[in-house]
Amino acid sequence: MTTSTIDSDIPSRPTGNHAPGQVRSCDTTGLPVCLTAQRFIKLHAVVAIVFLLIGGIGAILLALTRWPAVHLLPAEWYYRILTLHGLDMLIVMILNFEIAILYFVGPVLLNSRLFSAKLAWIAFLLMLVGSVIVNVTILAGTSDVLMTSYVPLQAHPAFYLGLIITAVGTLLGVFNYFGTLYIAMRDHTYEGSVPLVTFGGTAAAIIAVGALLHGAIALVPTWLWSLGLIGSIDPAWYRIAWWGLGHMSQQVNVCAMVAVWYLLATITTGAKPLSEAVCRGAFVLYILFINLASAHHHLVDPGVGAAWKIWNSGYAMYLAVLASMVHGFTVPASIEVAMRSKGHTRGLFGWLIAAPWSNPGFSGFFLSLVIFGFGGGITGVVLGTQQINIMAHNTLRIPGHFHVTVVGGTALAFMALTYYLVPLIFQREFYARALCRIQPWLFGGGISFMAIAMSFAGSFGVPRRHWDVEFTGAQLSAGFDSGAHVMLGLMGIGAIIAVAGLLLFVGLVVAAVFFGKSNAGRPMEAWHTEPPVAASTSEPDSGQLGTPGTMTLVLIFLLVFVVYYFANWLWLSDVWQVR
Amino acid sequence: MSIYSPEADWLRPPHGAERVWIGLAFTWCLVMFIAMPYWHFYGKQNSTGESYRVQPGAFAQRVQQFVATHRVGDMNGIPVVEPPPGSDAYLQAQMWSWYPILKLRKGQTYRVHISSIDLQHGFSLQPINMNFQILPGYDHVLTLTPTSAGEFTIICNEFCGIGHHLMTGRILVDE
Ligand code: HEM
Ligand SMILES: [Cu+2]
Ligand SMILES: [Cu+2]
Repeated sequence: MTTSTIDSDIPSRPTGNHAPGQVRSCDTTGLPVCLTAQRFIKLHAVVAIVFLLIGGIGAILLALTRWPAVHLLPAEWYYRILTLHGLDMLIVMILNFEIAILYFVGPVLLNSRLFSAKLAWIAFLLMLVGSVIVNVTILAGTSDVLMTSYVPLQAHPAFYLGLIITAVGTLLGVFNYFGTLYIAMRDHTYEGSVPLVTFGGTAAAIIAVGALLHGAIALVPTWLWSLGLIGSIDPAWYRIAWWGLGHMSQQVNVCAMVAVWYLLATITTGAKPLSEAVCRGAFVLYILFINLASAHHHLVDPGVGAAWKIWNSGYAMYLAVLASMVHGFTVPASIEVAMRSKGHTRGLFGWLIAAPWSNPGFSGFFLSLVIFGFGGGITGVVLGTQQINIMAHNTLRIPGHFHVTVVGGTALAFMALTYYLVPLIFQREFYARALCRIQPWLFGGGISFMAIAMSFAGSFGVPRRHWDVEFTGAQLSAGFDSGAHVMLGLMGIGAIIAVAGLLLFVGLVVAAVFFGKSNAGRPMEAWHTEPPVAASTSEPDSGQLGTPGTMTLVLIFLLVFVVYYFANWLWLSDVWQVR
Repeated sequence: MSIYSPEADWLRPPHGAERVWIGLAFTWCLVMFIAMPYWHFYGKQNSTGESYRVQPGAFAQRVQQFVATHRVGDMNGIPVVEPPPGSDAYLQAQMWSWYPILKLRKGQTYRVHISSIDLQHGFSLQPINMNFQILPGYDHVLTLTPTSAGEFTIICNEFCGIGHHLMTGRILVDE
């Protein structure tokens, strides 16, 4: 297919509020890019990639330690790298990427300038300095407490301080985004409601504020305690406060990922949301219900009762789950409508086969959708069921679950986005496009394989965060049968494939950003961007075109979900009786 | 287009397939919502979170008393303790052991009090694969009925320092 620009199709736009010379019109999409926002998008993206690399190196060391036949690291270093991997990936990498996304969906999509360059510098520097402090304290061996730092396990005070500084920086970045929303509205830089992607970004930003406040509630007293200024911290209280941060930040990731899905669906196939009201309503459900769902981290805890556990994980979680199931339908359905209206109408799945699979921006995003839905979504709901959690808590089923939500889902969606970020914001072309095309498959395939193996190992009882499943030297012997060992080996193989995909990604991005051909002044070449299906203001008529393919897909999904759900209840009925 | 502002009249209810799917998804969420309370009342495996505040030192004393009263033997130098069916049993988590070894009877019910005297630990019974969080300062009471006999292993699945992988224990269940 040929490269086509879509600027001829964009609706006419009110004038922005940029200072003269502080904005450029994107040569591919025609979107107005605030140059200050562009600079910080680049800075945060670079930091994200650097920590992705560090985290990725950590990942392979961990996987090769958990593989009993290899058992690479000594115990001390396994826990140290586990602390590092969790924080560098889940906090540093992801948050930097998300701030970059906010600086895009705010200023660029709303045709506004970034609220404050000064604030952006402070936010960026605090995040960077905080992250470096955390990394140094971990690698110096002073804080082998894992990312959750469950009290009364105690880290070096600098560890908590580094995390607090990172959180403050992130919060300032989020406020800069809110400031941008405000000036865009005040200066009437756009007409009507904000675009859907910006709406999703805003939902993510709102939840992020909640997450970061919980982080402060958990970590500030803990920091004071580590300095000897507070006597003790209640462990049950700490767990609830910490997971206010830990769980809500996962919802930030989900929200940001879904916004990226909508963005990439539009850019790569010209898709248009079926019903804006439904998509936005689903984002609102995330905001309203997700905070309480953090109860699913305490389903087998003492200190909280059954009613609290059931109410929060049921009532709150399932309305958020509903939201994800809605997005899981509307995203592919909008693609189906777009593809069918372009004439790809053969059979149930002709539209899907004809989709732009050779574009890593599309394949990465669609794989993310499938992996998150079938993998992360289903396992998440099942493991978060109060009683079923008895069979899963702290086993490898848990990392098996979240590596297909936040890695195969969120991280992969962010990678897919990067295939546009580099040509459009860095204005550099990728080298080795054939390798770019296989990268999402390598990463998505590897991580799914690893997660499935982890889940099986976990259902044999293999614990997460555990250096030696052979318990060498324990006073009472323990161990697992050969099935569990096979699964741990397969987990290692999946990890090798995923890390290969990760390293390939970092290599391709570095080559493009530093040595790529500049495309300033002309449209990007790498992968085409689609003209919108209906730039005319009328909605494509989904009723007429129909979405039988998507309906089939989601019905298969629901079937798998129901079977897996009831199978777990069945397994549960087999364990000892307990109240 | 999700990257441009929507038409002014975007607030419209869904129709067609989208509406059908929302209905289906919502129904499924309701089923799941009912399943948990249902199991709470009629199911046999529940984590009720029954727990009491306890000082680590006081808990260690109760454990000592329990061992002294019901000790029936030793295994690898660790006391084996057999509480009468229906009574209270005590299990102490510490870096890095589960103390003592419990001897129970299949089909009998016990109130097993578990607490930690130092860090957080994870009670993980294998190969049954039942897992509970154990915290210092909280006496976590599991009203437990073994439904199979044999020798079962307890491992720790919450990180508790460098010797975490050494933390093992036993529950012996007689027919
Ligand atoms: C190539 C990609 C990756 C591989 C192969 C990988 C592998 C692993 C492995 C083997 C563990 C240790 C599990 C255990 O022993 O308990 C782990 C833990 C973890 N990973 Fe990853 N990972 C990858 C990417 C990521 C990414 C992108 C994120 C976040 C966005 C992430 C978040 C985590 C977290 C939060 C933990 C748990 C840490 C803890 O238990 O404290 N991982 N990963
Ligand atoms: Cu332990
Ligand atoms: Cu432990």
